[in-house]
Amino acid sequence: MKFAVIVFPGSNCDVDMYHAVKDELGEQVDLVWHDADNLDQYDGILLPGGFSYGDYLRSGAIAHMSNVMAAVKKAAEAGKPVLGVCNGFQILLESGLLPGAMLRNKNLKFICRTVELSVQNNETMFTSLYEKGEKISIPVAHGEGNYYCDEATFATLKENNQIVFTYASDVNGSLSDIAGITNEKGNVLGMMPHPERAVDELLGSADGLKLFQSIVKHWRDSHVVNA
Amino acid sequence: MYKVKVYVTLRESVLDPQGKAVQQSLSSLGYRGVEDVRIGKYMELQFDDSVTDVEGTVKEVCEKLLSNPVIEDYRYEIEESANQ
Repeated sequence: MKFAVIVFPGSNCDVDMYHAVKDELGEQVDLVWHDADNLDQYDGILLPGGFSYGDYLRSGAIAHMSNVMAAVKKAAEAGKPVLGVCNGFQILLESGLLPGAMLRNKNLKFICRTVELSVQNNETMFTSLYEKGEKISIPVAHGEGNYYCDEATFATLKENNQIVFTYASDVNGSLSDIAGITNEKGNVLGMMPHPERAVDELLGSADGLKLFQSIVKHWRDSHVVNA
Repeated sequence: MYKVKVYVTLRESVLDPQGKAVQQSLSSLGYRGVEDVRIGKYMELQFDDSVTDVEGTVKEVCEKLLSNPVIEDYRYEIEESANQ
């Protein structure tokens, strides 16, 4: 399986993401600059964390107008897995690939620590190797991770099981402790916590690795004969 | 030439933790009558004469980029300004 890690000016978790895939997952991966206009050769798209365009205007607001985003949308429409982490999640929200928006953390502080998440939905291509309700430890590092959406959107999220990860206890004021959601089709996941920073016990937790392994499993099951 | 002033504010239904912190700070300074503070953004855009539909363009950029309709409202003022 071949992944693209999209690099925007100001991305800073791109190399972590690259090594998580290359060294821990053992799959192919390229760093792809934001002006690329074709992602057809990739089976999965990863939008890393950071501060694209210095978070000017709003987090992710400028990056979502990047040239590469048309290709990301195309990949999403084709059903390919698209994962946005932290700033990547914010970019997916700005681009409309995921519903809702991010507000500043309730306590106005940048929060950087490992938190406990609950896997709310393990029937997605991103979470099939987790147990439903499993508690996992994944680091967060953000100032604007306070997820917000209107009531109608929230009802739809619940109805379609789009809420995939929640914080085990309140971290940033997010609506219903939401930490990660998918689109309706289930192939676009945005999450504030950083699974790529939790792929080896040496890093303090390897709980994020199963997320990437789930993506690969889903791809193998549908693309490789006798997988 | 047109000078456009754009104000982007958080929707009424959206909590503004920053505004709340400022309101509390004002209150602790003794300004107890300040009931609420909402923080927004102010932008100035300068249009040259090549833009024919200034108002239409302003609305378009407000909706596309300058504000996020999920959490923000915008309003604008258009002023004619002299060529410099």
